[in-house]
Amino acid sequence: MKPSPFTYHRPRSIDEALAMLSAHGDAGKVLAGGQSLVPLMSMRLAAPADLIDINHIAELDSVDVTDSHVRVGAIARHSRLEADQAVYDAIPLLRQGLVNVAHPTIRNRGTTVGSLVHADPAAEMPAVLTLLDGVVELRTANDTREVAAADFFEGPMQSAIRPGELAVAASFVRPPRGSGSAFLELSRRQGDYAMCGVGALVTTDDENAITSARVALISVGDGPVLVEVTEAISGSGGGFDEPALRDLVDERIEAEPDIHASAEYRRHLAHVLTLRALDEAHQRARRAGRRHRVA
Amino acid sequence: MATETLVHVSFHVNGTLHELELPARRLLSDALRHDLKLTGTHVGCEHGVCGACTVLVDRAPVRSCLVFAVSLEGARITTVEGCCTDGGDMGPVQQAFQDCHALQCGFCTPGFITTITAYLAQNADPTAEEAREAISGNLCRCTGYQNIVAAVQRAAALRKATDRTRRDPSGEVSTGSTTGVES
Amino acid sequence: MTTKMFGQPIRRTEDPRLVTGNGRYLDDLGHDALEVAFVRSPHAHARLTDIDVTGALDVEGLVAIYTHEDLEAEDIAGMAEPLPMLIPHPTLTHGRTQCALARTEVNYVGEAIAMVVATDRYIAEDAAERISVVYELLPAVVGVEAARAAEHLVHDDVPGNVAARMVQQTGDADAAVDGAPHSLGLDLAIERSASMPMEGKGVLAKWDSDDSSLLVHTSTQTSTSVRQAIAAKLGLPVDRVEVVTPDVGGGFGVKIMHPWPEEVLVPWAAIRLGRPVKWTEDRREHFVSSAHERGQLHQVRVGYDDEGHLLGLSVRFWHDNGAYTPYGLIVPIITSTQLLGPYKPGVYRVEFASLYTNTVIVTPYRGAGRPQGCFVMERVMDAIAADLGLDRTLVRERNFIQPGEMPYEQGLVFQDGRQLTYDSGDFPASLAKLKTLVGWDDFPAFREQAQAEGRTVGIGLACYVEGTGVGPYEGGHIRVENDGTVVVSTGLTSQGQGHQTMLAQIVADELGMPMDRIRVTTGDTRRFKYAVGTFASRTAVMSGSAMALTARKVREKALRIAADALEASVDDLEIVDGQVRIKGAPASRIDMGTVAVLSNPLRYAFDEAARRATQFAPAADPTKPPVAAGDAPGLEATDFYSPTQSTFANGMHAVVVEIDRDTCDIKILRYCVVHDCGTIINPMIVEGQIHGGVAQGVGGALYERMEYAEDGQLLNASFMDFLMPYASEVPTVEIDHLQTPSPLNPLGVKGAGEAGVIPGSAAIASAIEDALGLTIRRMPISPSELFHLRLTSAESAGPVETLRKVRS
Repeated sequence: MKPSPFTYHRPRSIDEALAMLSAHGDAGKVLAGGQSLVPLMSMRLAAPADLIDINHIAELDSVDVTDSHVRVGAIARHSRLEADQAVYDAIPLLRQGLVNVAHPTIRNRGTTVGSLVHADPAAEMPAVLTLLDGVVELRTANDTREVAAADFFEGPMQSAIRPGELAVAASFVRPPRGSGSAFLELSRRQGDYAMCGVGALVTTDDENAITSARVALISVGDGPVLVEVTEAISGSGGGFDEPALRDLVDERIEAEPDIHASAEYRRHLAHVLTLRALDEAHQRARRAGRRHRVA
Repeated sequence: MATETLVHVSFHVNGTLHELELPARRLLSDALRHDLKLTGTHVGCEHGVCGACTVLVDRAPVRSCLVFAVSLEGARITTVEGCCTDGGDMGPVQQAFQDCHALQCGFCTPGFITTITAYLAQNADPTAEEAREAISGNLCRCTGYQNIVAAVQRAAALRKATDRTRRDPSGEVSTGSTTGVES
Repeated sequence: MTTKMFGQPIRRTEDPRLVTGNGRYLDDLGHDALEVAFVRSPHAHARLTDIDVTGALDVEGLVAIYTHEDLEAEDIAGMAEPLPMLIPHPTLTHGRTQCALARTEVNYVGEAIAMVVATDRYIAEDAAERISVVYELLPAVVGVEAARAAEHLVHDDVPGNVAARMVQQTGDADAAVDGAPHSLGLDLAIERSASMPMEGKGVLAKWDSDDSSLLVHTSTQTSTSVRQAIAAKLGLPVDRVEVVTPDVGGGFGVKIMHPWPEEVLVPWAAIRLGRPVKWTEDRREHFVSSAHERGQLHQVRVGYDDEGHLLGLSVRFWHDNGAYTPYGLIVPIITSTQLLGPYKPGVYRVEFASLYTNTVIVTPYRGAGRPQGCFVMERVMDAIAADLGLDRTLVRERNFIQPGEMPYEQGLVFQDGRQLTYDSGDFPASLAKLKTLVGWDDFPAFREQAQAEGRTVGIGLACYVEGTGVGPYEGGHIRVENDGTVVVSTGLTSQGQGHQTMLAQIVADELGMPMDRIRVTTGDTRRFKYAVGTFASRTAVMSGSAMALTARKVREKALRIAADALEASVDDLEIVDGQVRIKGAPASRIDMGTVAVLSNPLRYAFDEAARRATQFAPAADPTKPPVAAGDAPGLEATDFYSPTQSTFANGMHAVVVEIDRDTCDIKILRYCVVHDCGTIINPMIVEGQIHGGVAQGVGGALYERMEYAEDGQLLNASFMDFLMPYASEVPTVEIDHLQTPSPLNPLGVKGAGEAGVIPGSAAIASAIEDALGLTIRRMPISPSELFHLRLTSAESAGPVETLRKVRS
């Protein structure tokens, strides 16, 4: 299984990359981590005529933690983001999601921004971006724009990126104080795509009551499926009304069968994992709240 | 159909600098095996799942079947051949594999050896559970993994027992530190 | 004092080379060879109307393109004809094999249509992509039910898609079932899986036009047979063809099938082009053009008494043999006979139909039909136990063949054409060991405690016997060189089983030589020409026994020569650490290398060893010839081992599982094995074989199936969707051994290669049933399927339940 021939470009700056992208239009494909693109090319399911290799653009290899965001440059590897303690302190959900992405070896080369652009409905990072209301920064030679997560994932393997555009970074918003998060998924084997996965974000106030809760599900729709579940909170200190939760989830997901799971089983997993993820997120929110009050 | 354009790339493999002119589409696995004749790295699937092709790129395990060689300008690559000692003898991971009967046909073994070499540099004393998780991204059809898990822990013990200046897997000499952690 | 090697966990001599990246697998060889890619059918069933190669002709680096027409054009009659029917059988009335390149019709996705030769594989694939084939699509027959219903035919001249129908019986089993106090009917299904070694197939061929000889390297389990096949197909004298097996990255059965189309095409091209040619199979090719196995549907009727004794067992099954039958009926015959396990079945009847489907061919995969048979018999045992409210081990014990009844004739014909006779084994002892190992009697308490913690657990077991060391023969050759090196060869091959080490251990002990002086070659027809191959767990039995016999001959000759040289009697001599010496007077000794020199009365002294040996040369008797009649120069011997029948290993596995009540995820908490392979040569190697087999058994029970769409497309032709277990999915295996030596061979050994995989699905099904109180009749089972099974909560009576619709 060997790829078809292509013309290789190795830009050294963002501007050079953008100029190449604009020159090659539809025929140009960006090569970042390559962990999804290269096997597709080896199987000859993809055969771009031009490959623009952005792995040597130092400017893109950045991870910045600010008071409001974690901004991830285009060629920052999953593993770097996962290991970064400042990132974890700012947004634990990033690591919680990342440890589920394939295997560590794949994460050493694959990029988080690349995963977002790839827009696989079974991928974890699009769900994390969605849950955190993040944005993707897209640039052309003449233009820059930001697309919010809610608008970025247009369909299976289809993001809002246009020909000639380079995704230079993605910004994940830091959740409010008193938040807890979790990411749970069930796959057949370690490192496989999940049959279903759920990222959960629960925010509590100073009295430890849940003020908001939301989940983002993977593998049960055309992209990450965001479900606000605040209304399913039962009582002030307690957990969630399970039937209400199931209804909210059912309204938004579209479970399809494949060779690993039936549609019904997927839907069932969505229910089970949503509840488990919310519980875990809630536990963490309470711990975070306690720490904060003690401090 | 015209002859393919060759692209220049230079990188280190096991401490030796190579300047190569390769077709852009040449996968790193094929470049190592056929252009550099380092056939220790094996190809089991060419879609990144089996891990037999795993090499170290700047000390981190990477699937060489999922990287174009020309994309690695300036990289320092270590293959299973580079996991030996200075004298060309078996390194601790390799010795552990023999001690524990952690290989049968040996085809998947190079991918495990590079992966475990890198892992132990970060986690010098894993539990059996940690050892099993560390190797759960590489397929083996022969051994059922049990002896490979044992080999991880045995390699950890052998590394601890080695108390001298050692060559670190990227081809650079490091002194003293038994964990081999990079500077 | 030499340490005994036999029975010791000696570290493998193969390893230093392999762990340092110095293995020599097929693709590591032939860097200068031309490379091959194939155009393979994308359709499961179609007529070939046209092949147009013009689009490929201007690909730079293209060397040649061949289709069936080119095979016909040659004077070599063999090449255009279908590939051989390797194992004919009288009941295989409608056997069919494919041509090396498809002629007018293709019968499975992956069937080879055109061969492209180029300067490298990348370019060969470029050219292959540009070849356009016109197909006339035909209806595809996929799955046993469709084959059985025969609304469409795979081969026009095979009615009902039936390749063979076979019956074996010991009496009127149906009457015995009908007349029994209790009876049950079970419908069971096992799905397709495959050997899936980490290295695919590969062939490298070099033609030497100076002496018209062909050297072929191939990743095979049988060099000697591939050699015969190539010589026959290419019309070459056998002695002009040599086949060498390089390091092989796993076989597990798929590489015993031969000749693969590529094994004849690549040499053929090498001869035509006058240049070395190499083909390395990629993973996708392996999925769609090697072989699969396991797919069968069974219908069983069993009659038994109040105690659970089997009175009658009537089995009908349908075996999916794929599009062609080059390997004959071996797999379903093994299922038919090994299904009986360690039990007395009462009256037994087994009938099978081997059916064609438009899918990849079916040839043996580790276990070779035994896992299916074991699954059936063990489900029957559990069903009887459930029906009568008896402990599952008790029902089995009651049906065991007792050790005092050995040898036991089952009254059937085995895969080697001989009577199925169990030679040895102590099944009650094996089961007792297993119960102790897993804590069978303590399990109810464990279950209760788990339940209190909100956990769902279950325990299961399965027993099997395995006919190993099937004939007809294997051989060994040993030669001691002048420098004391021992050169050993056998004709069969290695794929990771540690044969070189195991055989060296035997030779070391028999010959008193240190291991590090012994060099073993396997699978090279230049060194050993008579062999059958590596399969059916036969190497230790066959080559091991042959090697022991050979070593004894060498020993006898060495002692005879040394006795002369040392002026002692043969009975007073021993060989220790490579020296022949007089017992009790170790200073009187002669190195084995020197004995070797003495054995070859040459005029010339080439080296120091030869010169030094002259001091021992006895005064020549001028009335006698230097080489006596009936003797030969050299300290070497060849011998063969040829048994009257297979020798029967056995084993029993027990599994403890935990089921997640919400997600139905299945986790194996404990996996226990009791294993009897007779005398053990290297316990480390035997345990390694068991570990690997268990991993494949777990794979086959919970993860591995070939997903075919109705149109014959293999939907999961990659490691992403064909789920082989990682370390995270495989449990730690706890092993205890029993050793009931085989009475049939000099070493008392039995085969161990397949044992680990045989009862996997049966034992795991048994445990899941115990955990959930459900009935499981098909394997593999996934959490999704378990979820549905639990919902419906009824015995799945039909052989197939389509629980998943595939996304189109």
